[in-house]
Amino acid sequence: MQFGLTEEQDLIVSTVRSFVETEIYPLEDEIEARGAVPAEIGRQIRDKVLEMGFYAANFPESVGGGGLNNLEFALLERELGRGSMALTHFFGRPQNILMACEGDQIDRYLLPAVRGEKMDALAMTEPDAGSDVRGMSTTARRDGGDWVLNGTKHFISGGDHADFFIVFVATGVDDTPHGPKKRITCFLVDRGHPGFEVLPGYKSVSHAGYHNVILKFEDCRLADNQVLGAVDGGFEVMNSWLYATRITVATMCVGRARRAFDYALSYAVERKQFGKQIGKFQGVGFKLADMVTEIDAADWLTLSAAWRLDQGLPANREIASAKLHASEMLARVTDEAIQVYGGMGLMDDLPLARFWRDARVERIWDGTSEIQRHIISRELLRPLGG
Amino acid sequence: MKVLVPVKRVIDYNVKVRVKADNTGVELANVKMAMNPFDEIAVEEALRLKESGGADEVVAVSIGPTQNQETIRTALAMGADRGIHIEAPHEIEPLAVAKLLKEVVAREEPGLVFVGKQAIDDDCNQTGQMLAALLGWAQGTFVSGIEIKGDSAAVIREVDGGLEHLEIRMPAVVTVDLRLNEPRYASLPNIMKAKKKPLDSMSAADLGVDIAPRLTITRVEEPPAREAGIKVCDVAELVDKLKNEAKVI
Ligand SMILES: Cc1cc2nc3c(=O)[nH]c(=O)nc-3n(C[C@H](O)[C@H](O)[C@H](O)COP(=O)(O)OP(=O)(O)OC[C@H]3O[C@@H](n4cnc5c(N)ncnc54)[C@H](O)[C@@H]3O)c2cc1C
Ligand SMILES: Cc1cc2nc3c(=O)[nH]c(=O)nc-3n(C[C@H](O)[C@H](O)[C@H](O)COP(=O)(O)OP(=O)(O)OC[C@H]3O[C@@H](n4cnc5c(N)ncnc54)[C@H](O)[C@@H]3O)c2cc1C
Repeated sequence: MQFGLTEEQDLIVSTVRSFVETEIYPLEDEIEARGAVPAEIGRQIRDKVLEMGFYAANFPESVGGGGLNNLEFALLERELGRGSMALTHFFGRPQNILMACEGDQIDRYLLPAVRGEKMDALAMTEPDAGSDVRGMSTTARRDGGDWVLNGTKHFISGGDHADFFIVFVATGVDDTPHGPKKRITCFLVDRGHPGFEVLPGYKSVSHAGYHNVILKFEDCRLADNQVLGAVDGGFEVMNSWLYATRITVATMCVGRARRAFDYALSYAVERKQFGKQIGKFQGVGFKLADMVTEIDAADWLTLSAAWRLDQGLPANREIASAKLHASEMLARVTDEAIQVYGGMGLMDDLPLARFWRDARVERIWDGTSEIQRHIISRELLRPLGG
Repeated sequence: MKVLVPVKRVIDYNVKVRVKADNTGVELANVKMAMNPFDEIAVEEALRLKESGGADEVVAVSIGPTQNQETIRTALAMGADRGIHIEAPHEIEPLAVAKLLKEVVAREEPGLVFVGKQAIDDDCNQTGQMLAALLGWAQGTFVSGIEIKGDSAAVIREVDGGLEHLEIRMPAVVTVDLRLNEPRYASLPNIMKAKKKPLDSMSAADLGVDIAPRLTITRVEEPPAREAGIKVCDVAELVDKLKNEAKVI
């Protein structure tokens, strides 16, 4: 067992950290107040990242990506997690699922996404189908050689800046011993395609400036070559590629928690009450001890889950544990960081209240904490006949 | 032409420096270290010179403990071609550094040495000037612009009164100032290549240089905390305070 970073990994971490500190931090307050990232700022960040060769670092070099493995990518995302998500969105990590592109999809979607020419968004969730993804009611039916889509998706992140959408829809139902089970197919849909509309989403308490949108399909006609992966094979593409997003959530939580912790730690030695540094009061000192212990635990849990993926070991349970623990840890750490600051912790003059608001969504998206616990317990019980 | 760029490992500029409890120096244990920001500017300028065809090799050299190799790797990840590490204690003095660099210059024969105008730890602002003197080379200090013209270089210096334009003979030592350029980040492809680039290691003794300290540090202290300012009502009160409280006039 070996817990150190290689020189390359060390340099990846320090470079991304310094990029986030220099290019992202100074813009955060303005973006938070404005509640949106102007397209020009997004482009500037993207261009710098392209220049650094860090764009699409999660894609193999064979398609022009950075060629990082899951562990290295988790280290990168951890540093990005320190910064505002609305802004780091433009650091450019297209959905890995695009590696399923075939034929002309490679030139139309995969390569432009890796080159930063087109941005993607991923759409599964519907008003009546959240945790129960398979319960979706957006459908695609065959019509001649084409597909015709109808339905609504909501909560689709980054949809305001996306040029195309990776959309999961129902393409039929199978009767199984457990009852009817929907067949799912994944489609690539361009913004502006007839019958397809992108509508503004809801205003969220977390990640101001990182918007979600609503997608409406009304007799939206798509050719066969818009299908990503196999027809009725949507769940297979989902399962082969989407584990990565849960590691991303977990590792970003760790990065943000460290940033919040750094604030709390420095304040604990700076702030004096009753003639002493507040860190010297056990009530504050022990908080710091608990915070760092929880952060380290989430960090190692996440990195080891990513490492398991790289080793080709089963990792589903470990990834769920990492996502669950890291997101719940972040909620506690950001809350306690505010507590260490007392009243100032709540004020907009510091980013702590923002970290605390942003932390809330991490327990919901990419599978709620309950769904992660469901995955973990299922993986434990199933082999025992449970 | 070859460009030599010395890079120093210093406490990261974001870190709040603390004096050791025994007042013998500053706390380095568990403190984040990074390349001296002025040296990043020097590396950047050397890389730009290479990219515009004005240089064919950029060599980064760092003097200090083994960890200084990380600083060299950072320069390699920015795009430098090769590294030289000279093992020495962290607290080495500018004169010793300049003597070691003189030996490196004798071996490497660069056409230019780009040095940071100062290091942000001790702020000595001496190494470049000492090196030029030891070599008998021309020097351009506090440089915010440079153009190579065959065997001379036109440099713009940031001086108190404004900008000074000078033409210096090559080979030369150029100490770079903040406004010369904006250093690039390491790129991912270069990070991946950095480890494969050559990095030679040697000791001060290998170069036959005596690096024994010439100065003794007696005590290191925090600067006195700045007190809050006050507002005065009129010039008479100001003069009175300057005379009787600050005792400066
Ligand atoms: C800001 C934001 C951005 C998002 N971005 C995207 C995106 O880009 N693409 C996308 O497709 N989706 C996105 N989502 C959707 C996100 O993945 C869902 O919100 C999430 O999966 C939960 O679904 P839901 O909100 O419909 O809640 P529901 O599924 O309705 O859950 C409600 C409650 O019931 C609990 N629950 C449900 N089923 C079970 C069960 N079996 N056992 C125990 N408890 C259960 C849940 O844990 C939760 O507490 C986003 C959501 C948000 C808030
Ligand atoms: C929205 C808002 C409105 C307010 N309105 C008013 C008002 O109308 N009038 C008014 O007078 N005040 C008001 N306050 C001030 C409020 O009462 C103080 O914020 C509160 O008493 C904490 O003080 P502090 O913020 O300076 O934190 P600090 O006292 O600096 O505390 C920082 C941290 O140190 C901890 N700590 C401090 N001492 C000890 C100790 N001995 N042992 C263990 N832990 C310790 C604290 O619990 C906290 O976690 C308001 C505050 C807020 C946020």
